[in-house]
Amino acid sequence: MKKPGLKKRLRVKNIFVFLIVLYFGFQMFSVISFLDLNNVKGVAKYYLENDIKDTQSANVVTSIVVNYRGFDTLGEVTVLFLAATGLGAILSGHRKVKKQKILANTMLQYGSKPLLAIVILFGAYIFIHGHLSPGGGFQGGTVIATGFLMMLLALEGYEIKHGYVKWTESLAGLTFVTVGLIGLVLLGSFLANFLPLGKVGDLFSAGVIPIIYVAVGFKVGSELTGLLDNMMGVIE
Amino acid sequence: MKALIMNTHYIVFAGILMLMVIGLFGALTKRNLIKILIALGILDTGINLFFIAIGYVTGKTAPIFSKQGLSSGNMVDPVPQALVLTAIVIGVAVLALGLSIVIRVYEHYGTLNVSKIKKMRG
Repeated sequence: MKKPGLKKRLRVKNIFVFLIVLYFGFQMFSVISFLDLNNVKGVAKYYLENDIKDTQSANVVTSIVVNYRGFDTLGEVTVLFLAATGLGAILSGHRKVKKQKILANTMLQYGSKPLLAIVILFGAYIFIHGHLSPGGGFQGGTVIATGFLMMLLALEGYEIKHGYVKWTESLAGLTFVTVGLIGLVLLGSFLANFLPLGKVGDLFSAGVIPIIYVAVGFKVGSELTGLLDNMMGVIE
Repeated sequence: MKALIMNTHYIVFAGILMLMVIGLFGALTKRNLIKILIALGILDTGINLFFIAIGYVTGKTAPIFSKQGLSSGNMVDPVPQALVLTAIVIGVAVLALGLSIVIRVYEHYGTLNVSKIKKMRG
């Protein structure tokens, strides 16, 4: 007896919510119409004009993420670490079931092993060239994690060694903070650039940016890998 | 509104707003926890796209000095791209955290329906 009434009430509520959300959409639309979308100005203009002089990094986005707003990135990496740790804590004590319902076929099983090396190489290329090309630590780390996801899906009983993942993650985070502290000691501000800048376009240029971005790449890669490993095999 | 219609990529904004509206509507009205998380993911994507689209300037290139002769006047806004870069990865991690909580909720209550969970005790 109660059920139809509840359903009807829900439907009326849904219509209300729909109207409110639509109103929100129109408000956003009117806000967009006030924006000046044809000029780059303010702090973005400063970043574009002074990037070469300040950091010698070809990729302006990288120099914002790692140099101008490096401390912000440290905070974001910490958020990522907390999310991964929280997931591990919530799912701890789960009995893992590593059986696949249908075994992957032979081609997939043997093809995924050499492919993992290529995927890791590609991810490393992306984060090593973060200051020269559209890439960086976050993207490269994610590519590496997808390689491990492929292994977890393709091979039954594939195990990621937790010790290595934890050590990589800790060392990468430690590198980031150490580079920042060396800048603090030598030049008086956290994450200050203490290395020679080099010439724009070279692999060894842009001072501390490549070092920090490689550390971020390892950290993101190992964190997402650990996260995937925690999520895999929890269905009973 | 006029400036918006003059702009060539207003249709992009329409699509982005549609994504955001779908995500928000789903998150507010759905009862299944996994569907709520999917809706939040759609909302997340919409917001990221919104940032990128605000930074885009018609006819300009990516903010990378990839070859000689590129001047800083010919580039789009790099700040939203830098923000979204980290927001995507963190979005993935937060979504995974939410899913792990959903797994635990399902183990404890045996259902994913929010209304049913609300009525239960303990």
